[in-house]
Amino acid sequence: MLEESPRAVVRDSVGVGLAVGAYGVAFGAASVAAGLSVLQTSVLSLLAFTGGTQFAVVGVVSGGGTLATALGGGLLLGARNTLYAMRLAPLLRQRGLRRFVAAQGTIDESTAMAVARRDPALARVAFWWTFVAIYVCWNATTLAGAVGAQALGDPAKFGLDAVVPAAFLALLAPRLRNGDERSRDANGADTAARSRESLRIAAGAALIALVLIPLTPPGVPVLAAAAAVLLAGRLR
Amino acid sequence: MNLWVLVLATAGGCYALKVAGYLVPARLLDAPQVRRLVELLPVALLAALVVVEAVASGRHLQWDAARLAGFGAAAVAVWRRAPFLAVVVIAAVVAAAARQI
Repeated sequence: MLEESPRAVVRDSVGVGLAVGAYGVAFGAASVAAGLSVLQTSVLSLLAFTGGTQFAVVGVVSGGGTLATALGGGLLLGARNTLYAMRLAPLLRQRGLRRFVAAQGTIDESTAMAVARRDPALARVAFWWTFVAIYVCWNATTLAGAVGAQALGDPAKFGLDAVVPAAFLALLAPRLRNGDERSRDANGADTAARSRESLRIAAGAALIALVLIPLTPPGVPVLAAAAAVLLAGRLR
Repeated sequence: MNLWVLVLATAGGCYALKVAGYLVPARLLDAPQVRRLVELLPVALLAALVVVEAVASGRHLQWDAARLAGFGAAAVAVWRRAPFLAVVVIAAVVAAAARQI
C-alpha cells in the first residue's frame, strides 16, 4: 500500500462504513419478520452490534428454534470478534476505559480497515472512523428496516425470506476467495490451500445442516455443523 | 421463548466476547490450532446458515420456488462480486417478482 494521508483513510473508512451500515435495513426487516419488536430489533443492533450474529439469532427465531440454539449459534459466530480484538489490541494500544469502547466497535469491517494499514497511527484512524460510521448508519437503517417491515406486513410478499440466506452467502463468500484481505496471513501462508480448505469446510457444513434439518429441532443443524468442524480440526 | 432474554443475552455475550480479546494475552493467538479454529468456525457456521435459511421451514425442508429464485439470483450477484446491498436487494426483488407469477 502506498503512503496514505489520514484524510484519505478517513474518507475510505466512512465510505465503507456507510455502504456496510446500509444493510441494517435488511436486518431490521428480517428481525421484525421473525417476530421481534422494533425495540428489541434496535436494542440488538445498538448493543450486540455484529451483523452476522444478529442475522443468525433472528434466523433461528423465525425457524421456531429454542433460546439455547439461537443464542448458541449467535455467540459462536460472534466468537470471531474475540480473534479480531486480539489482533487489534497491540495495534490500537488503548488503555483503561477506551479499551471498552473500542471493544464494542471490534467487528469484521473495522478490523479489516485497520489491519490493512502498515502505519499504526493510520490503523487507529481507520478503526475509529469505520466503527463510528458503521455504528451510526447500522443503527439508523436497522430502525428504518424494522419500522418499514412492520408497516408493509407479510414479509414473504416482498421477498424478505430470500434476503437472509443471500445475506449469509454474501458474508461467507469473501472467506472462500483466494488472497482475500481477511484470509491473508501476515506470514504469507499459502492462501490457495487455505481457500481450498475453507471450501471443503463450507461444503461439509452445508451438507450436515441439510441432512439434519428434518431430523433435529431448529437451530441444531447449524450448531452441529460447527461442532463437526471443530472435531475435524482436532483430528488433523 | 422470551425474546427479551434472548436479545439481552445475545447483546451481553457478544460484548463479552469482544472485550475478552482485549484482555487475554496475545500469545494465545500464536497457537496454530487456535488460529485455524477461529478462522474456520465462521465458515462452517455461515455455510450451514445459508442452507438452513434457504430451504428450512421449521423442521421441514421447504423448496419454495420464489425464495430459491431470489436466493439463486443473489448467488449470481455474489459470484459477480456485487456489493452487499445490491445482493440483498436483488434477492428481495427477484423473490417478490417470482411470487407474483
